[in-house]
Amino acid sequence: MRFIPVSCTERDEMLETVGAQSADALFDVIPGNVRFSDSLDIAGGMGELELSAHLEDLAGRNKHAGNLVSFLGGGCYDHYVPAMVDAVLSKPEFFTAYTPYQPEVSQGTLQAIYEFQTMVCSLTGMDVANASLYDGATAMVEAALMAARVKKRRSFVVAGTVHPEWRETLATYSHAGSYEVVETPASDGTVDLSALAASVGDRTAAVLVSSPNFYGNIEDLAALARIAHDAGALLVVSANPILLGVIEAPGAYGADIVVGEGQPLGNVMSFGGPGLGLFACREEFLRAMPGRIVGRTNDVDGRPGFVLTMATREQHIRRQKATSNICSNHALNALAAGVYLASVGAAGLAGVGAACISKAHFLQESLLATGKFTSPWDAPFGNEFALRYEGDVATLQSAMLERGYLAGLDLARFDASDSGLVLFAVTEKRTRVQMERFVQEVTSL
Amino acid sequence: MSERPVREALTGRVIFEIGSPDARCVEPPVLDVPMADVSTALGGQARSSTPLLPQVAEVDLARHYAHLAEANFGVDNGFYPLGSCTMKYNPKINEWACRLPGFAGTHPYQPTETVQGVIELMVGLQDALAEVAGLPAVTLQPAAGAHGELTGLMCIRAYHTANGDARKRVIIPDSAHGTNPATVAMCGYEVTTVPSDESGGVDLDALRSVLDTDVAALMLTNPNTLGLFDENILAITDALHSVGALAYYDGANMNAVMGKARPGDMGFDVMHYNLHKTFSTPHGGGGPGSGAVAVRDTLAAFLPGPIAVRAEDGSFEFHTPEQSIGRVRSFHGNVGVLVRAYAYIRALGGAGLEEASEQAVLSANYMQEKLKVAYDLPQDRTCMHEFVLSGKRLRKEYGVRTLDVAKRLLDYGYHPPTIYFPLIVEEAMMIEPTETEGKATLDRFIEVMLRIAEEAKNDPDLLHGAPYDTPVRRLDEAGAVKNLDVVWSPEEV
Repeated sequence: MRFIPVSCTERDEMLETVGAQSADALFDVIPGNVRFSDSLDIAGGMGELELSAHLEDLAGRNKHAGNLVSFLGGGCYDHYVPAMVDAVLSKPEFFTAYTPYQPEVSQGTLQAIYEFQTMVCSLTGMDVANASLYDGATAMVEAALMAARVKKRRSFVVAGTVHPEWRETLATYSHAGSYEVVETPASDGTVDLSALAASVGDRTAAVLVSSPNFYGNIEDLAALARIAHDAGALLVVSANPILLGVIEAPGAYGADIVVGEGQPLGNVMSFGGPGLGLFACREEFLRAMPGRIVGRTNDVDGRPGFVLTMATREQHIRRQKATSNICSNHALNALAAGVYLASVGAAGLAGVGAACISKAHFLQESLLATGKFTSPWDAPFGNEFALRYEGDVATLQSAMLERGYLAGLDLARFDASDSGLVLFAVTEKRTRVQMERFVQEVTSL
Repeated sequence: MSERPVREALTGRVIFEIGSPDARCVEPPVLDVPMADVSTALGGQARSSTPLLPQVAEVDLARHYAHLAEANFGVDNGFYPLGSCTMKYNPKINEWACRLPGFAGTHPYQPTETVQGVIELMVGLQDALAEVAGLPAVTLQPAAGAHGELTGLMCIRAYHTANGDARKRVIIPDSAHGTNPATVAMCGYEVTTVPSDESGGVDLDALRSVLDTDVAALMLTNPNTLGLFDENILAITDALHSVGALAYYDGANMNAVMGKARPGDMGFDVMHYNLHKTFSTPHGGGGPGSGAVAVRDTLAAFLPGPIAVRAEDGSFEFHTPEQSIGRVRSFHGNVGVLVRAYAYIRALGGAGLEEASEQAVLSANYMQEKLKVAYDLPQDRTCMHEFVLSGKRLRKEYGVRTLDVAKRLLDYGYHPPTIYFPLIVEEAMMIEPTETEGKATLDRFIEVMLRIAEEAKNDPDLLHGAPYDTPVRRLDEAGAVKNLDVVWSPEEV
């Protein structure tokens, strides 16, 4: 397939207009010593039927949430996506549009983002939100960098209970930008408050935590806010938005910036991306925020409409003095999140959150009752929990995979000291029958 | 203008203003396990107030988003000659492919033996991108072009550091996109700006005058932001290498040169792609994209990991390079976007990609030739996949600005070109037709552009007031900043 609608005759007419013998001749402006004289060695040229068969073959060589019963989480979750979401995402007016720089013909994207910003603020207890960032990890990094700008300090304290890939991302950025990162250890599945307090000082721009944390446990955000604020630092909290119908908004405990991975809200897992980074903060930091922001205004006839606003923070205006180099958002994923939240409403979101939590607690109790697992700690948790397996975790997981289950996440993958721990995530999609069978199968091993 | 009736779809009512407290689209799931005492489970951190979320019936929700869609404009709605953005057609097969359960339903932490197909796809995409770049090692992790820039520059920093040769500055031409200097700052380098010559190319003397062993790299877009191929390109990259600096290629304009010239052969060490430009993945109203990065052998060890690889036994797995800078995000990249780009590449193959660049360049030159009679063409020579017109004559003679021309195009049902970029051209209009538009489409657009030039002459106020026929007309952007309203609240009703 070519996707070129110009016919041979038309092509000749165009060549005549420009006075060229061939299209290739137009490339004579490229110096000969850098012209590529070979042909690109890339297979292809398939028709649509052949291509669809090839893609189905590749897709068919993956197992997925439709043919495995999954208890895998760790930042990416198999939640139900209402049919409305893909119906909206499939509208080409949304997905084939560019960034809404021409607001007169971009009101759909702009209004959807404005509505998304409003929902994010309400869920997180923050005053302002941006149009989204790449993912949760980069949203946390941007929060740290923003705190550094606001506080004019160059050190971050990150809880060791934050997702290990997020901590790694923070380290990558901080190393390049010459910021200091101090990691504080976990104690019984939550961040060690006294160790954290000892790490925070007058050079600390931000304290970065996640609640629920990587282990699924709920952190003491009020205490963390006190520690951060006593040192003049900002508290950055990552939240799982799908639980915010039932978990208190981080803003209520004094968070200054709330970030999160928005994938659970109406976005398919897609092997981990694209999801979206949620980013919200208190109003006083608005001008230091990274990313796009949509505002409401009026047109020349006095009709309400929406525009990208506060652009003087951004790279296309401020260049090297911009608040970030980001030049996009995950608009389509933010649209999905907005449609999701509008589909379930407040009661529905609370229902989904309560279902995840109830089912996670049901599975945890059932697994503990087998006698093959012990709980490594006694911390409160939401939709995800870690247990210590009495045997070899890899053996457990491969045996259960043969039986059609993804038996959680082996935490030794990230930290050898967590060897023996398995992290189980339970979404509202898991049924009691699936969980009971899973427990039976585990018992029979 | 006399007052027009306002159609239901265009009242600007936000979603919180429709529906009712009892309305909803989908019901919460029925619980088949005992309900947990949520407050106890959460250690007393249960939510104390109900969040403000829409409560809307399914039919009303469907119509709300139908109305919003109607007020939007995408490539499927009409010609979108937005320079430097490569708004080519987004094939439907790609959308179908990324929704296959074997892609959409996979979890990033599944055992690799259960995701061989997706890892094979990633390897296939990396191989194709390496071939087009002429650079052998590729990471698919970056989520966007700017993210790719940052990743590439971090690799450059790691390379110099590993050589015990910390450097301080990165050179950026003044015609560069704003992400370049912003990226440099995020990577802890200082920006040194060099002037461009009048054709948008690098002024070689100016470049040489700022080159020393403190320079880490030059970031360059080629073809440049005027759509012209820099004829000194090898001299530029040679000059950098002669002081131990590296050459970074901003791949924004790759659609011009696929199979015709490769950044690696031009002497570049690192480049990023915009898969959402060159490889047809949809822009999504601002994202998600993908900013894959390709590098020379000498930098491969620094790429972020994990990277998809083919193992010796022919299976597929992930591997993190030894001196990796570390992750630049969670998981493996925007895989949903990668699936679309892969599908596109397999549809075209190497010859098809080269043909795409040929037609993109031919179409741009055709339009340039037809439009230069009515608009100023600062660089009247063979362009690549895009060209830049100047509206300075319209401004001087009729008081009509490029902004007015752009807004008038909206009335004719076209998305305007990129305007006021590059900054080095007065009243700039940057036009990029792409290869996926038919000649009839180009001809109609040309005709409209010529008609607008006539309108500018005969009735400048018509253009000053445009657009008239869009869902909303010109918006008060200054007012949006002054009376900031970025979150809806019930008090606004």
